[in-house]
Amino acid sequence: MNMTIIYTVITLGAIGSSAAVILYFVAQKFKVYEDPRIDDVEGSLPGANCGGCGYAGCRAFAEACVKEGDLSDLYCPVGGNDCMSGVAKILGLEAVKKDPRVAVLRCNGTCEFRPRVNAYDGAATCAIIHATYSGETGCQYGCLGCGDCCAVCEFDALHMDPVTGLPVVDEDKCTACGACVRECPKNLFELRKKLPKHRKIYVACRNEDKGPVNKKACEVACIGCSKCFKVCEYDAITMGNNLAFIDSDKCKFCRKCVPVCPTNAIIETGFPPRRVKEEPAESTQVTS
Amino acid sequence: MLKTFKLGGIHPPENKFSAGQAIQIAELPKVVSIPVAQHIGTPSVPVVAKGDKVKVGQLIAKSGGFVSANIHSSVSGTVAKLDLVPDSLGYPKQAIIINVDGDEWLETIDRSDALVKECDLDGPSIVQKVNESGIVGMGGATFPTHVKLVPPKGMKAEYLLINGVECEPYLTSDHRLMLEKSDEILVGTCLLMKALNVDKAIIGIENNKPDAIRLMTEKASKYKGIQVVPLKVKYPQGGEKQLIKAATGREVPSGALPIAVGCVVSNVGSAFAVYEAIQKNKPLFERVVTITGKSVQNPANLKVRIGTPVSELITAVGGLPEDTGKVISGGPMMGKALANMEVPVTKGTSGILMIPAKEARRNEVQPCIRCSRCVSACPMGLEPYLLMTVAEKNLLERAESERIMDCIECGSCSYTCPASRPLLDYIRFGKSRVGALIRARKN
Repeated sequence: MNMTIIYTVITLGAIGSSAAVILYFVAQKFKVYEDPRIDDVEGSLPGANCGGCGYAGCRAFAEACVKEGDLSDLYCPVGGNDCMSGVAKILGLEAVKKDPRVAVLRCNGTCEFRPRVNAYDGAATCAIIHATYSGETGCQYGCLGCGDCCAVCEFDALHMDPVTGLPVVDEDKCTACGACVRECPKNLFELRKKLPKHRKIYVACRNEDKGPVNKKACEVACIGCSKCFKVCEYDAITMGNNLAFIDSDKCKFCRKCVPVCPTNAIIETGFPPRRVKEEPAESTQVTS
Repeated sequence: MLKTFKLGGIHPPENKFSAGQAIQIAELPKVVSIPVAQHIGTPSVPVVAKGDKVKVGQLIAKSGGFVSANIHSSVSGTVAKLDLVPDSLGYPKQAIIINVDGDEWLETIDRSDALVKECDLDGPSIVQKVNESGIVGMGGATFPTHVKLVPPKGMKAEYLLINGVECEPYLTSDHRLMLEKSDEILVGTCLLMKALNVDKAIIGIENNKPDAIRLMTEKASKYKGIQVVPLKVKYPQGGEKQLIKAATGREVPSGALPIAVGCVVSNVGSAFAVYEAIQKNKPLFERVVTITGKSVQNPANLKVRIGTPVSELITAVGGLPEDTGKVISGGPMMGKALANMEVPVTKGTSGILMIPAKEARRNEVQPCIRCSRCVSACPMGLEPYLLMTVAEKNLLERAESERIMDCIECGSCSYTCPASRPLLDYIRFGKSRVGALIRARKN
């Protein structure tokens, strides 16, 4: 009886210790060296795995940071400058500083401004509508309103507005990861420079048709009249494909382009209300 | 026992209201807009400019490559402009817009109705002439016919199949053509046989057209090598691969063309166009279009000039019925709903359907209950429910290995689904993504 227990303990002990020896040598043989800095870098990243940096998740980005040995092409838009300086500190490198950015929808074709001319009842995703036909409105460049962008946003920063039928960006939550930019089949999102108080000036239109055509489809379409281009003193506005584009890096936010736009296609947000000019009619009365 | 294909298939209600209506000639429109891309392949290159006078049958756009087709003016008049015109998908495409003035045909075109049987052209000259006349597949796919007539090196055609199946509900244009132009179709078939150097031709006709079967069988007995095969009614028998399986018992391998099993398939409309091109010297600039619908006053089969706006055809049959929910170009199964009534008729427009609103509306999408009706309906032996899921989740490699590219987009799956799932919408989308992936891999 006692002997059985002793034999068992000896046998199991022998198997265990020989397995331990084998495992030790195997572990030595197949040892994979991993830079401990990868774990440190990963720990300092936001951990959102959004792919905004262009890599498949935060781990892949951390590996790339350690491997490259140079941070000039690597940037985590979600973490921003603070996060990147943390990474640079771990690796002893220099990080690039970038202005924070925010996603902006370049379409203002709400139900009111851009009437529906037909009804779609197929599979409700923008990608399928885009592949099927030009869309429910007369504008083939505008928002399709099925919210593919909202579904893809990892940060809960995009929501469909049921009244306008357009997605709305929550600027406090938006990390400029660029998922919506990649997802939108009409390519309507742009990452623009983020300013305090949500200040923005941009052309909310991507319609490349000629003026008379797109004016019929949407009241607030850019008709490519070049008025804003002429009034801009900072070369921030470029014209192309019957469309104006404001470069957010060059724009000085003087707001001169906004009132000259005949279709109100240029949108300004976050600015204090304009001072109302004195009525010129009164002065003429006095002089006469 | 009538022949048919083995796998899948469905039986939608036929609704062929216009089957008894003889082909009428549609009124000439005032303006036509002729798109330069009416076929699969490279768009044609316009050879006319604004202000040019053109006659009926004159070349206005030259073929842009081997897989492309010439385009001829369908009217006489003045070229108003070359502009972008919305196509049936709503996206602007290059088109030639002509203001119609009178009806002056090129002198070379034989406008008589007399049947011309004899032809002294040899095979390659027939192919050349078909190419010059801009003939494409008239069943809807619009693949240039001359490309089919030149088999790739090392392959030999054995059978010519003439597709008179017309399995789509509502459509009757091919049916009427077979009844009214049977001899012309048979002569066209002989010309195609000569071009392909084959001695056997099969004309497949579904059994719901007994008058056409009777007439064609009777007339075909006078032509050597042509056999008329009645087929059991089943959608989508008009699909190239299904017709080959039904008529010859051969199966086209996955990803291969019909020529791999020695078959070339052509529509009856194309056979008629070939007859006209070679025996009457008349290029392809008009076609028979069925204009029909449950509430349409006078459903009709009209011979329409290419470029005529759809709205004019609707006026010709008594106007748009009030209850219309959708206007479809093509058949109800594979056709496309139009977003705009000013779309021009092209070489591939087989019908214009006006579907009442209560039938046109799709039902609410419900979860898949795994009943596998789509699997039993699929004529290609695919699993549509699975393809939809992988397309939805963007699993492109998986979709490719599940043979998504074999889908012929017949819509049998969406038709049978009791949960009204948009199966074909997603599969078609998945196909386009997988297709792009395959092209990217090749480059």
